[in-house]
Amino acid sequence: MKQFWKSMLRSPSGVIGLIILVLAISVALFGPMLFPNSPWRMVQRPFLPPFTLSTVPLGTDALGRDVFAGMIFGARVSLLVGLVSTLVALIVGVPIGAMAGYFGGRVDDALMRFTEFFQTIPSFALAIVLVAILQPSIYSIVTSIALVSWPPVARLVRGEVLSLRTREYVQAAVVTGQSNTWIIMREILPNALSPVIVLASLMVATAILLESSLSFLGLGDPNLISWGYMVGAGRTVIRQAWWITVFPGVAILISVLGLNLIGEGLNDALNPRLSREGR
Amino acid sequence: MLSFIAQRVLKGVIVLLAIVVLNFFLIRLAPGDPAVVMAGEAGASDQIFVNQLREKFGLDKPLPEQLFLYVKGVVTLDLGFSFRQQAPVAKLIGERLPATLLLTLTAFAISLALGILFGTFAARFAGTFLDTAITVFALIFYAMPIFWVALMGILLFSVTMDWLPSFGYETVGANLTGFAHAVDVAKHLIMPAMTLGLFFMATYTRMTRASMLEVKRLDFVKTARAKGLSDAVIQRRHVLRNALLPVVTLAGVHSGTLIGGAVITETVFAWPGIGRLMYDALLQRDYNLLLGVFVICSAMVLIFNLITDLVYRLVDPRIEFAS
Repeated sequence: MKQFWKSMLRSPSGVIGLIILVLAISVALFGPMLFPNSPWRMVQRPFLPPFTLSTVPLGTDALGRDVFAGMIFGARVSLLVGLVSTLVALIVGVPIGAMAGYFGGRVDDALMRFTEFFQTIPSFALAIVLVAILQPSIYSIVTSIALVSWPPVARLVRGEVLSLRTREYVQAAVVTGQSNTWIIMREILPNALSPVIVLASLMVATAILLESSLSFLGLGDPNLISWGYMVGAGRTVIRQAWWITVFPGVAILISVLGLNLIGEGLNDALNPRLSREGR
Repeated sequence: MLSFIAQRVLKGVIVLLAIVVLNFFLIRLAPGDPAVVMAGEAGASDQIFVNQLREKFGLDKPLPEQLFLYVKGVVTLDLGFSFRQQAPVAKLIGERLPATLLLTLTAFAISLALGILFGTFAARFAGTFLDTAITVFALIFYAMPIFWVALMGILLFSVTMDWLPSFGYETVGANLTGFAHAVDVAKHLIMPAMTLGLFFMATYTRMTRASMLEVKRLDFVKTARAKGLSDAVIQRRHVLRNALLPVVTLAGVHSGTLIGGAVITETVFAWPGIGRLMYDALLQRDYNLLLGVFVICSAMVLIFNLITDLVYRLVDPRIEFAS
């Protein structure tokens, strides 16, 4: 563990990514305490430009709502959706990949055809259709993002399990009569963890992008303010008020960038043999 | 070669049929009794009309038979009827398809060309300032949501500089023909295509760079160098050709994302393609149209995957068609 932190902190992208993530999480956790008012509330005249009033630093939108407050509350939705949908995707993808890799043969064939099928369907289009049909809510958004993002997990885990299954310590566990579940859970999966962690950090980034795109199209949870929704709402008035679309977009960009950097840092730290020259 | 193509087409058809079946059940998941919804959309809701609709669309038949009829309909390119637009879904999509193909293929070409170019430069000058600059730019573009890039493009090039039109496919009412029309469409195309292309350009840049650095270390490159080949020839003929293989694979994997990006891009730029159609269907909760577009998008992805598979085999002679 100590070794891990050491190499993580040695990679510049990992450090920058960690700083951004810690910042984003603290904004999501503590920001709303500083802004106890609902971000939906009108606080000033509409279209107040940014940097004019210190109480509303980033200006107001077409309805006089505080853009800065919206961004702070939006951080919650983005991070929550990103983390939870990735978690759900892992819960779906890891067992499928593990079973396919461990049992092989027909089980493998069937599960992998199933995975490929989901991978072929255009993911964003499927997410749109699912959220539209299940009706927009934080649950339907998380469900559909998870449903379109688990296949890469399954494929990755399958590959790892395939190579670990033939290792001697696994063979030993088989000989001593351990159950399949025990072998998969205790012997194989812990050793397949590091590439999964790298993938997961990148998936959170993709999930945040997906959520913001859905909200932008008007498929966000109508009760929760989110960055994508804010950009979408500011779109029609972009000629009068650039700040409504610019600032939430920057928030998305920075968080996604941070997570991608963490992914790179993790990759360098966890898979040192894969890190390439010139980095 | 032919048997390989036949095999892949067959596989694609099976996947497409599975998607159609999935689609059928998704329609059934949509809120409300379809007949009642349709009647409401048509502007009448008395029981007799609802029953007529139910009969007309076979909604009174048992589920397996309905499924069979639905699949049969899709196979004969009958994707149902959009009451909102008062037209068959297949016709609506057919009208919009060329615009989407123009947009996605242009974006794809731009992203691939620029991505390979920048990636090659970054790898060639690995560790220098140029490499760092390209890598940082690629990282940033990779993290930008497409809809935001689109809006920033409009803000910069339409609102501030007034260089490019911010929406549409052609200048409305200009009635241009021939070359002037082509120029007009091209002007409208630049921003949407660049917007859609930038994200993928970033991906291809990163991939090309990583892949080239990997190939560069291999033995056959040392051999080529020992033979006394010039650096340019080694880069072009030996390194780049081999490094492009994973990029081609990635392009195939990304076709679905490209279509998804087209939905967003077309929405922002009011580009009259099937992505915009999907957005309209979404706003009006026109489920028949929405799912029709979804089936067509899936079919496009399958075709695109088939093509990249073929290209992959053409680029890499080591892979045999028979396998």
